Amino acid sequence: MNTSSLLLTIVVLIAVAYFFGRRRSVSLADTSQGGYRNLNSLPFYYGTLTALWCGIPALLVVALWLVFDNTIIDSLILAQLPEPVRALPDGELGLVLNSIKNLAAENMTAGDPEPYVVAAADSLNRITAISQMAMAVLGLTLGMSLAVFSWFRIQPQQKARLQVEKVFKFILLSCASIAILTTVGIVFSVIFESLRFFQAVPFTEFIFGTHWSPQMAIRADQVGSSGAFGIIPLFTGTLLISAIALIVAVPTGLMTAIYLSEYASSTVRSIVKPLLEVLAGIPTVVYGFFAALTIAPLIRDGGAWTFEFLGLQMAISSESALAAGLVMGVMIIPFVSSLSDDVINAVPQALRDGSFGLGATRSETIKQVVLPAALPGIVGSVLLAASRAIGETMIVVMAAGLAANLTANPLESVTTVTVQIVTLLVGDQEFDSPKTLAAFALGLMLFIVTLALNYLALHVVKKYREQYE
Amino acid sequence: MSEKLSTIDLVNKNLARRYRREKRFRAYGIASIMFGLLCLVILFADIIGKGHSAFLQTYVRLNVELSAEALGISDINDPSQFVRANYDGVLRNALRERFPEVNKRREKRNLYGIISNGAGYQLRDLLEQNPQLINTRVDIWVLADDDYDTYYKSRSSDGSEAYTGRFSETQIGWIEALIADGVVEKRFNRTFFQAGDSREPEQAGIRGAMMGSLYTLIVTFVLSFPIGVAAAVYLEEYAHKNRFTDFIEVNINNLAAVPSIIFGLLGLAIFINFFSMPRSIPLVGGIVLTLMTLPTIIISSRAAIKAVPPSIREAALGIGASKMQVILHHVLPLAMPGMLTGAIIGMAQALGETAPLLLIGMVAFIVDVPGGITDPSTVLPVQIFLWSDSPERAFVERTSAAIMVLLGFLIVMNTLAVLLRRRLERRW
Repeated sequence: MNTSSLLLTIVVLIAVAYFFGRRRSVSLADTSQGGYRNLNSLPFYYGTLTALWCGIPALLVVALWLVFDNTIIDSLILAQLPEPVRALPDGELGLVLNSIKNLAAENMTAGDPEPYVVAAADSLNRITAISQMAMAVLGLTLGMSLAVFSWFRIQPQQKARLQVEKVFKFILLSCASIAILTTVGIVFSVIFESLRFFQAVPFTEFIFGTHWSPQMAIRADQVGSSGAFGIIPLFTGTLLISAIALIVAVPTGLMTAIYLSEYASSTVRSIVKPLLEVLAGIPTVVYGFFAALTIAPLIRDGGAWTFEFLGLQMAISSESALAAGLVMGVMIIPFVSSLSDDVINAVPQALRDGSFGLGATRSETIKQVVLPAALPGIVGSVLLAASRAIGETMIVVMAAGLAANLTANPLESVTTVTVQIVTLLVGDQEFDSPKTLAAFALGLMLFIVTLALNYLALHVVKKYREQYE
Repeated sequence: MSEKLSTIDLVNKNLARRYRREKRFRAYGIASIMFGLLCLVILFADIIGKGHSAFLQTYVRLNVELSAEALGISDINDPSQFVRANYDGVLRNALRERFPEVNKRREKRNLYGIISNGAGYQLRDLLEQNPQLINTRVDIWVLADDDYDTYYKSRSSDGSEAYTGRFSETQIGWIEALIADGVVEKRFNRTFFQAGDSREPEQAGIRGAMMGSLYTLIVTFVLSFPIGVAAAVYLEEYAHKNRFTDFIEVNINNLAAVPSIIFGLLGLAIFINFFSMPRSIPLVGGIVLTLMTLPTIIISSRAAIKAVPPSIREAALGIGASKMQVILHHVLPLAMPGMLTGAIIGMAQALGETAPLLLIGMVAFIVDVPGGITDPSTVLPVQIFLWSDSPERAFVERTSAAIMVLLGFLIVMNTLAVLLRRRLERRW
């Protein structure tokens, strides 16, 4: 019985349990005394209680089984292998295990399989079948027996509603806790892998190194590929591209917000605002395509023409930081504008009226009264936009380069933290080389920086917000 | 007296300058908005300009002699013979008949390149359905190769200008001769919507990626909507103000701002490495996207629940409903439109997301259209990413066309969200 039909059976079982639980409560109430009124709770709750008794344990068993069966089956298979094979290093053992699994699944291997592989594949198929069967039997019997147990317990005096509501509340609580679990998962997954990385590469070298070339030697005696994991060129590249993006997005976004909230009529506002929000809804991969295929060639050719015109000898990379930065800037315009719009609108009208009353023009009011009052919020929105620019991936993966140049020239190619994470982790990789682990260390840095920026943004907004009223 | 006059004079003197400044400031504002809108227009114009031609595909009509001998089919009742028959050979014969002057080996190989190497399958499908055509001569339209496709699409009507790419004079001669015969035609590109990925641009389609996106989104919705709603209900209706709920809220707000690629790292480390789930499957992709969209859904669901007036809860409690009944019978139905709107916006976000899916291996080259949530597959944005890397010119237009399809879906989803909100939202 495969997993999906097992799940379907459990659902059917739950429905059956509900039906019988409900019926028993009704019939008990009917036979013993005068109808529903003598039940402690509505029949619905008795049915649900029975269904819960049936469903939760069965589903739990199946879930736990699915989580752990792979590991257990693997270790069983490994224990069966002949002694010399088991003595192999972990990597090769993994390869053997993979060929066993391939043989078991599709009856295909590269070349002639060793006899012990065939034997192991047979026993793998057998164990998998047994495990599937055992899971089904255990889950279903547990569900059924508990359903029968709770069915027998149904009494008109039983406080079914209270119990159901307790479970309901607990389920809601566990759903809310998933947010915590996710954060914990993120923190643990990046920290554990990063710690393993820092065992191979010293932390100081990682933080202060100015050279990044994550090639590890495959053989110990290989020449010239010891690998260098200095994060500084990546950070400067990220900062360069983010700075270009912010130079585009902050003035444009801010002026857009000011115009829309201070000058524009409500009709203009109701048309322009959603149109600009479209910019934020476009997938980043589309921006990446646009940057790589339209803007980058434009900058390269336009720049080459200009330099020739000026008689300068300069080359522009076709993966320049400028292209990626400009397009990223366009992407975060609505981000800056809608956040600033909110804070500008929150400045009380009385302040503006006071300024107008003193004879200031609109722009003077905005520059000297509204903006200073809204400044903390605007700073917060810029910080959030910066955190967004730093974490942006697809645009830079497609439009920025891979070469880790330490430069501040926007016409050269630079690389970013996110680009390197993607390059290091896409494709097949083993989980033990510092090359892959480096990606997690980069992820940790990225997580810390964005978290700090977000925290700072919220803090600035909270602390320096003027209290009106 | 003179003192006062000079003040007003001072004001008057500066007035023109101040008004100029006012106008300039206003112009900056308009310019910013125009810049934003212009970028939007340029982006759409660029994508549509590059991609519209991919919805048409060049076909070449060949007069093919379907002799049983050349095909190698001796018994038309034996399906295995149809599978192995020499369709390419028959098509090549037809090309040689049309251009008898070509006889050098290399020239011939170039000649065969006029039609796609998928044309044989087209012929096979035709013959499997109509075996009576064997030993007859038929005119069939077959897919042209992508280089010829690009040439024909970029060709001006009189043939004076066209993108020739790597073409030699002879190749241009052939295609022009075929065009002069009137046997080259552009038709609606059904392959694009029906096929999976392929290395050959003319045979590549987005069906596989669309199904992958669909399965991934189904997983995401099935997981994130109930969990998000439940979490929102707990935080709004049950949670007391204490450290634990504060901590949950801080976490939700933080997760909303974490870069999406970090969720990819999480998926890779936890689901693929720790739980050893397979790579490249929509199930894992859906789970990762669920974690990513949960904050969006929780935040919008909380807003929807908050908008339900307390009087409704009090009335329900007053006639004896329990807390759970209040929530299930009153609060949730009333908040549903708002929550669904948030869910659709979250789904739109998930549909456009690429980075985390790259890390969990949904970037593989997958030809087959996936049939379930555990089949290896890719998704639409990742397909766009993969194609945008391909050097063939014909892939550029297909990438743009795939982007148009993706943007189409996003526009539909967002419009749906807006309409839903307008139709169902109740003002209290």
